[in-house]
Amino acid sequence: MSEMASERRDRSGGLTDVANAFVWGSIAAGLLTAGIYFGSRGFKDFDTALIPYAGGSVLAAFGLGYRYAMWLRRPPTRLYWRRGWQTFLDPRRLAGNLVHLLGLFWRNFIAQSFIERRSPLRWAAHACLFWGCILAAAVTFPLSFGWIRFETPPNSQDSYIAYVFGVRLFEFPLDGIAAMLIFNVLVISAVLVLAGVFLALWRRVRDRGALAVQQFANDLVPLILLFAISITGLLLTVSARFLHGFHYGFLSQLHAATVILTLLYLPFGKFFHIFQRPAQLGFKFYRRAAAEGEPARCIRCGEIFGCGLHISDLKRVEAELGIRYELETGSHYQDVCPPCRRKNLALVQDRLWRDARQGE
Amino acid sequence: MSERTLFIDGSRCIGCQACVQACAECDTHRGRPMIHLETIRRRDSVQTAPQVCMHCEDPICARVCPADAIKKTSDGVVQSSLKPRCIGCSNCVLACPFGVPKYFAEIDQMMKCDLCYDRTSVGKMPMCATVCPSGAITFATPEEIGRTRKGTPVNRWHFGREEVRTKVYAMAPPGRDLIQVTTGRTPTDRTDVAAMLEPESLLNRHL
Repeated sequence: MSEMASERRDRSGGLTDVANAFVWGSIAAGLLTAGIYFGSRGFKDFDTALIPYAGGSVLAAFGLGYRYAMWLRRPPTRLYWRRGWQTFLDPRRLAGNLVHLLGLFWRNFIAQSFIERRSPLRWAAHACLFWGCILAAAVTFPLSFGWIRFETPPNSQDSYIAYVFGVRLFEFPLDGIAAMLIFNVLVISAVLVLAGVFLALWRRVRDRGALAVQQFANDLVPLILLFAISITGLLLTVSARFLHGFHYGFLSQLHAATVILTLLYLPFGKFFHIFQRPAQLGFKFYRRAAAEGEPARCIRCGEIFGCGLHISDLKRVEAELGIRYELETGSHYQDVCPPCRRKNLALVQDRLWRDARQGE
Repeated sequence: MSERTLFIDGSRCIGCQACVQACAECDTHRGRPMIHLETIRRRDSVQTAPQVCMHCEDPICARVCPADAIKKTSDGVVQSSLKPRCIGCSNCVLACPFGVPKYFAEIDQMMKCDLCYDRTSVGKMPMCATVCPSGAITFATPEEIGRTRKGTPVNRWHFGREEVRTKVYAMAPPGRDLIQVTTGRTPTDRTDVAAMLEPESLLNRHL
């Protein structure tokens, strides 16, 4: 095939990927819009003052759908994503998988113990950011989408009734602990996020390893954005409670701008790991299933160095990527274990020198 | 003057482990050496060989990574996996033609030699090259190597039909511009005395 034809094929493949991702982005945005419409009972419960937040969320949904689809176009990603689901939904394993999922969910998402083992300070920073953001998202997204709303009962000004999707959920007095927590939940989350930002910055300015590899756009911008959201959110509370609404309008617009900017940044920067990371769970199920099958033995030393299924899948990925590890002897370089590869490289170089000396 | 890079000459390695100890001092992976020091045929010889990341121009570890977690800096250094992204699948460990990346189960992350990025990015030498007493690992310019060594630095490798070009060079006999990697079957060494002295759990792996 000529280079031009190959280039044309690549370009059309690239265009197909973009078109495919555009469709998935549109589906994600469409689903969220439909969710907002139906969840707010045909916009009846939708607060028009929160339109910028809802609009930003719809745009973010498009970006996330687009990015996720582009990410899944990569051969290794696509294969393991599919394998993860296949293994998880296998009827013979489903019950055990669900139990295993609970353990994985606890270890990886709630306790995040793998981060703690990397560094306790990193874990503390991440935990503050994680729980602060989860708390804030759990409140602000449903509010912005009109999925929850609060109303005073017709015969009393002393309590609020909480409605979720238009369904009355519970009533709470305004002077109670529940009210205090609900009204201040964003203050609590902002304080948590700010603590996380400062811990993360503390680590980043002191850890020489982090200082060497960190990048402004990838590592510092997310912290700056989270700081901006939290501080402007807290200033709104300060303005309303202690300064008689001093510059409240400006602050609310500034806060909205920081939130929308962050929503639009979600698909492109470090925050994308929030959506990418759950793929890890799929791979854990796949690895568990692969370990039960035939092991892979090194063709050089005969030792087990992996799972047969994993190695054969890796060969498929390599073939799709155009990595040509097939050896002249009919064997495959992928069947050589990593220690043997290193030893073999030394021997190959030795042989070159020996041959050169014999030729002298 | 060209930029400095690593030159590996396995024939000079004396197996002193200085590179392994120094590597663990690197700030980007403190306490964990990323260099491999292989004993090649323990029964027959005392040969050892260091293996650092060769920093491929088109790194296979990054291509097979499902999480898109391995990135190369603009100066051609392939970094350890990004912590937020790495899902610990070991694809990179298994696919690297040089057998370099290491998977650490306790932190569920792949790490690898990053050419001591905390040092080389500010003009210092990597730790391994700083301490290597025999010049098996040298951080120099091609001109300096050309002046002081007998061999030719090579950074083109063939693994089967796959060509790999690397930022790090290996020293080959003069006139070579490519290293064709072939493999031969080497049975497990059943009379490896050193292996017999190792704990039983390790011994079982050898037998």
